[in-house]
Amino acid sequence: MLAYDSNAVSRHSWAASRGCAALRLHAMRKHFFVVMSALLCICARTSPADESARAQMKGLDEQVQEVKSDVLSIAAELNQLEEKLLYPSDTHLAVFVMLAHGETLRLDAVRIQIDGRPATHYIYSFKELDALRKGGVQRIYSGNIATGAHDIEVSVSAKLANGKDYTQTEHFPFAKEIKPKLLGVMLAGPDATQPGIHIGDW
Amino acid sequence: MRGPLHWLLMEMALAAVAARPSMAADLRDLYFGEALYQANQGQYFDALERLDAELAQHHRVDQPELDSLQYHIRQADFSVGDFELRYRMHLRAGRAIKAVLDADVDQPVKNEAAYRLARIEFQKDQPEDALHALERIQGTVPVNISDDVEFLRANVYLALGRPADAVEVLRRLQSAERLKGFTAYNLGIALLQAGHTPEALRQLDKAGQIESGATVTAAIRDKSNMVLGSFMLRSEDYAHAELAFDRVHLEGPYSNLALLSTGWADVSAHDYQKALTPWGVLIERDGTDAAVQEARLALPFAYSKLRVYGRAALLYGQALDSFGKELEKVDASTRSIRAGNFLKALVREEIKQDNLWVVRLRALPDTPETFYLTELMASNDFQTALQNYLDMEDLRRRLIVWQGGFNAFEDLIRLRHANYEPLLPQVDAHFRELDSRMRVRLDQRDHLQKRLQDILTAPRPALLATADERVALERLRRIETALRQAGGAEPAAEEARVQRLRGVLTWRLNTEYPERLTQAHKNLHALNDDVRALQERYTAFVRARQAAVHSYAGYDQPIRRLRTRVDEALEHVDTLLARQGHVIEAVAIDELNTRHQRLEAYQVQARYAVADSYDRALKERASGGTP
Repeated sequence: MLAYDSNAVSRHSWAASRGCAALRLHAMRKHFFVVMSALLCICARTSPADESARAQMKGLDEQVQEVKSDVLSIAAELNQLEEKLLYPSDTHLAVFVMLAHGETLRLDAVRIQIDGRPATHYIYSFKELDALRKGGVQRIYSGNIATGAHDIEVSVSAKLANGKDYTQTEHFPFAKEIKPKLLGVMLAGPDATQPGIHIGDW
Repeated sequence: MRGPLHWLLMEMALAAVAARPSMAADLRDLYFGEALYQANQGQYFDALERLDAELAQHHRVDQPELDSLQYHIRQADFSVGDFELRYRMHLRAGRAIKAVLDADVDQPVKNEAAYRLARIEFQKDQPEDALHALERIQGTVPVNISDDVEFLRANVYLALGRPADAVEVLRRLQSAERLKGFTAYNLGIALLQAGHTPEALRQLDKAGQIESGATVTAAIRDKSNMVLGSFMLRSEDYAHAELAFDRVHLEGPYSNLALLSTGWADVSAHDYQKALTPWGVLIERDGTDAAVQEARLALPFAYSKLRVYGRAALLYGQALDSFGKELEKVDASTRSIRAGNFLKALVREEIKQDNLWVVRLRALPDTPETFYLTELMASNDFQTALQNYLDMEDLRRRLIVWQGGFNAFEDLIRLRHANYEPLLPQVDAHFRELDSRMRVRLDQRDHLQKRLQDILTAPRPALLATADERVALERLRRIETALRQAGGAEPAAEEARVQRLRGVLTWRLNTEYPERLTQAHKNLHALNDDVRALQERYTAFVRARQAAVHSYAGYDQPIRRLRTRVDEALEHVDTLLARQGHVIEAVAIDELNTRHQRLEAYQVQARYAVADSYDRALKERASGGTP
């Protein structure tokens, strides 16, 4: 890569070294182009060693993909088992939270109470809020309740686009039947076409 | 395996054509929305787990058209492919989309599916298949993806070594605002590949001057300038090379290389004085950077060319010191990697909160093993290996949690068993008793209903008599019988009285018959309501009784099977994790060895140059000049 090595240096006399400035310039320039090409990925060529490492990585990559498939299938089976064991359909209640389309509300926290008892209190990270804004739906609570009439209280703490605090609490009655109960809570700020907290039966 | 240029293009293509956020507008299926929520956070395992379960359930139901996922089924099929790809499951990605392509759906849907499949194939490094998928697009292409389709087509052509075709497509795309920068740069590269060098350089010059506030566009602009400058430098057009390098952002990822290159352009043009400025700035930057290290040799070289040998000797001496220190760092890094610290640093949770966590690693004082590896870590192959390692680590954590979960499940089942087993026999006995009483009452109700039904066709007022009236009629019957048997002196008078009384009762029963019949039906309806409530309670009890048993019975086999599967998967993951880790460490050590050799070479060169510069400085002083 470079024109000089330690043995070469020891062989050079001071007088001879004077003539080497041009050679040094050439070596440095050559090295510069090598470094630059590599960094810009313009004309770098892969060596056989690189190819071998890449082949090894590719083989491992395929095995990793197989394991991922296997673990995903275990996860699916485990989920079914968990749902059956922990949340049987006749008592299952799940509450989901979503933001109204285009909502700019900066959600800080959501608190849920069912029949006057705290069910969950969730504080949102930026990443989670962003995921909600992009149309994601968060399952905020999964639990069990008896069939019959119930009440859910949803409290929201947020900040508006103008920086003002926004808090809102709403109560909603709902009936739990034999089948699983899915409640979707839609949140919107005061400037939305349908402001406030809305609940839907899914 | 394709060359670096292919990867570069692919990188560019993916950055530009990356799937835009999926919007669950007008959402009908909450679980699909949940999958999007996970995916929007980059949690593709969770997203896939959710979406796989939803799709499997959708395909299992008897009437999928009534299922809530039906409304989103196409988006779900497309999303599952996207998620698989983003979770680096290339082998599996695209299966759902292929199914859409082969299904009996409208051409616009097929077009979108074909585009998505092409994108997946391109990312899988299979450009031939990508082109085949693109060729399946017919008729009108949805406006929202039409530019993306053409941009992808151009990149596929480039990957297939058909730059002339790519040029044709990219020329048409130059007005696409969203792809601004990417199309300009790729057109420059395509023209270069097609052999139209002058036009390519003009195009890269244009791409290097695009105005945009977007970070990605700024990065592609810098890259255009670097490529252009590099070509100009090789072509010995130093003025234009410098112009291109000067346009590179001073804080961007190419800034160090741009400063180094500017200096080289100046030196190549024999303007050593001018080279002092960029190189002087550069040597103050991070000492592990290859460009900075080279500048430490280049700057004193420029001074020596300016015959300022004293300054040159001083700077060479400083370079010598810094190379020594850097060599120590490289050795420390190598030792640290061999001790397994590199892999530990890579899986640190707190730094992964940041998208640039790999870069941030270098700033952590307790991770010396990463100081020299930023460039390596930014490379495509290393990123794939690293992401696989991180994915395996994530799977390992999940599997360990699941292993612990089985014990909790078994405990839960044991407690439920212990609770219900003694209770259920008593409950069942009580239930059987109530069940028989209930059946009797239900039979009575059915009997009443039947009688009322009969009365409607053949009126029988006596059947609607009250209890008192029935008692009175019975007494009258008994009196009549007694009178007939006694045969007394005034039987006729008594009989007449009885007849009169019977007549009164008969009169009442007949005259009140319609009202009584109506009331009887009302009473029956009221009874039906009570019976319905009773039956609901009965059904609820039966379900609760079944649920009690289902809460602890029948889990042994599934848990045993799952436990075995988890144990086996964990073993497999541990093996792969070790292998992947070993590959990463080996590549990292290899990179450090290269940097070590380069630093040693720099050191030798600096050592020689120090002596040379001192010698020249002394000679200069002796001859009366400025040392």
